[in-house]
Amino acid sequence: MLEVSGLQVDYGAIRAVHDVSLNLAEGELVTLLGANGAGKSSTLMCIAGALPATAGTIRLEGADVTSARPEAMVRKGVATVPETRDVFPDLTVGENLQLGAYTRRKDAAGVAEDRARMFEMFPVLAERGGQPAGTLSGGEQQMLVIARAMMSRPRFLLLDEPSLGLAPTIVDQIFDMIATLKRSGLTILLVEQNASKALAVADRAYVMRLGKIEAEGTASEIAAATDLKALYLAG
Amino acid sequence: MTTFLQFVIDVLSLGGAYALMALGLVIVYGILRLVNFAYGELIMVAGYSMYLVNPSGLPWLAMAAVAVLMAVLAGIATDYVAFRPVRAKSVTAVLITSFAFSTLLQNAALLFISPRPRNVPLPEIFSETVEIAGVITPARNLITIAAAVVLLTLFSWLMRRSVLGIAMRAAATNFTMARMLGVPANLIISSAFAISGLLAGVVSLLWIGRIGAVVPGIGLEPLLIAFIATVIGGMRSLQGAVLGGFLLAFMDTTLNFTLPQDLLKFRDAFTFSLVILILLWRPQGLVSGPASGRRT
Repeated sequence: MLEVSGLQVDYGAIRAVHDVSLNLAEGELVTLLGANGAGKSSTLMCIAGALPATAGTIRLEGADVTSARPEAMVRKGVATVPETRDVFPDLTVGENLQLGAYTRRKDAAGVAEDRARMFEMFPVLAERGGQPAGTLSGGEQQMLVIARAMMSRPRFLLLDEPSLGLAPTIVDQIFDMIATLKRSGLTILLVEQNASKALAVADRAYVMRLGKIEAEGTASEIAAATDLKALYLAG
Repeated sequence: MTTFLQFVIDVLSLGGAYALMALGLVIVYGILRLVNFAYGELIMVAGYSMYLVNPSGLPWLAMAAVAVLMAVLAGIATDYVAFRPVRAKSVTAVLITSFAFSTLLQNAALLFISPRPRNVPLPEIFSETVEIAGVITPARNLITIAAAVVLLTLFSWLMRRSVLGIAMRAAATNFTMARMLGVPANLIISSAFAISGLLAGVVSLLWIGRIGAVVPGIGLEPLLIAFIATVIGGMRSLQGAVLGGFLLAFMDTTLNFTLPQDLLKFRDAFTFSLVILILLWRPQGLVSGPASGRRT
C-alpha cells in the first residue's frame, strides 16, 4: 500500500533521513523504532507531506505522492497524528473533531455518526465536548488527536509517539486502542520509543539509527534479535 | 449628562472604525504571522473605486458595493502577488514584497489618477446630523457604530459557527496541523485576505465619509491605527484587536475632551505615550492569544 524508497530529508545542511526504504501492506501495523534523533519522526512527517523530501520517492497505492501537500494526503486517505500532540487548544473538543472531518464536511450525517462512534470509544471526550481542548489532560489530548485523525475515515494512519509522556495506565489504554484500530482493517505506521509495547502490537518493525534503517523484520524477529536497551542508548 | 452621551457616541463610533481596521490587519497576521503593509492600500483602492464609479450615476449603495468588492479583490491580489510567490522562502522577503506592493499601488494612483484629492460620492445622510437626548451628532457616527456592530457580530458568527471560520482559528494556532487534517493552506490564506479586504472596504467608506475625498496616501493613517490597536490588544488575538481598537479610540476621545486647546495638536504624542506605557506593562498586548504558534 505504501512504498518508500531511498528517502532523504534534510534540515538545511543537516541530513535527518538518509536513504530510507520501507513498505507497508494493506492492513499491516508496522512500527518504526529508534533512539531520539534517529530520524523516525522526520520520516513520518515527510510521508505525511509536512516535510519535503530531498531525494527518493513515496508511493501510495502505486501513485507517486512524494511531493504531495499535507492536505492532499488527507484526501488520499492518510491521517497523521504528530508527536507534538497538536490539539487546537482554544477550540473545543467538538470543534477539534469537526475539523478532523474537514475533508468530509459535505457528509453531515456520516460525520455525526463518526462523532458518536468516537464518543463511544472515548467516553471522556463526550463529557468534555464543549470544553476548550487545551484544558484536557495529556492522555485525553492524545485520545482527542487520535479520534480527530479517525474523523477523516482514513485507510492509513501515521502515528508518532502516541505514548510519549503519558502515565503507564494511559499508555496501556492507548495501545489497546491501536490494536482495536488495526483489527478494524486500518493500515498503521507507528513510530515509538516504547519498543516493547510497540513490538507487542506490530506485525513488522524497522529500526532506525542515525537517519538510516539499521534492521528490519517481523516484530518477533526484531524483539529477539535486538537488544532493545542498546537501541536507545546507542543513539 | 449630554457631554457624557457625546463622549460615549464619539468613543463608540471612532472605536468601531478602529476595531474594524485592526481586525482586517490581524486576521492575516494571525495566520501568516506577517503584517500586511499593503493593508492601507486596500482602503485606498476602495476610495478610488468610489471616485471612478461616481460618473456611472448608480445609487450610492451599489457604488459602495463595487468599492468593497474591489477592496476584496485587491486583498486577494495581495496574496497572489506579494505573499504566495515568496511565502515559503523567508519572512524578510514577504515583508519587502508587501511594502513593494503597497508602494506600487500608491504610485499607480499617483500616476494614473492624480496626487491631488479626488472627491468621492457621499450619500445625503453622511452630512446630516441627528439629535439624541439633546446631543447633536453627525449621522455617520451612528452609521459607523451600526456598521461595526453588524460586521463584528457577523465576523464572530463566521469564526465560531462556520467550518471555514473554525479552520481559520485552527490555522492561526497551528497551520501545519490544520493542513494535516486536510484544510487547504491556500484557501485559508486567500480567505483571510478576502476578509481583510472586506473590512478595509467598509472602513474606507466610513473613513472617507469624514473627509469626502481620497488621496494616494489615504491608507497610511488607518494602517498605523490598525497596527497600534493590534499591538495594544495583542497581535495574536482577534478579540484583542477589537479591544485595542476601542481602547485607542477611548484614549483619543478622552484627550480630545480634556486637553486644553493649545495642547490638542499634540494629542497623538499623548496617545502614543500611553501606548508605550501599556506596552511596558504588558509587552505581549492585553490579550495574549492561543498558546502555541508556528509559522508555515
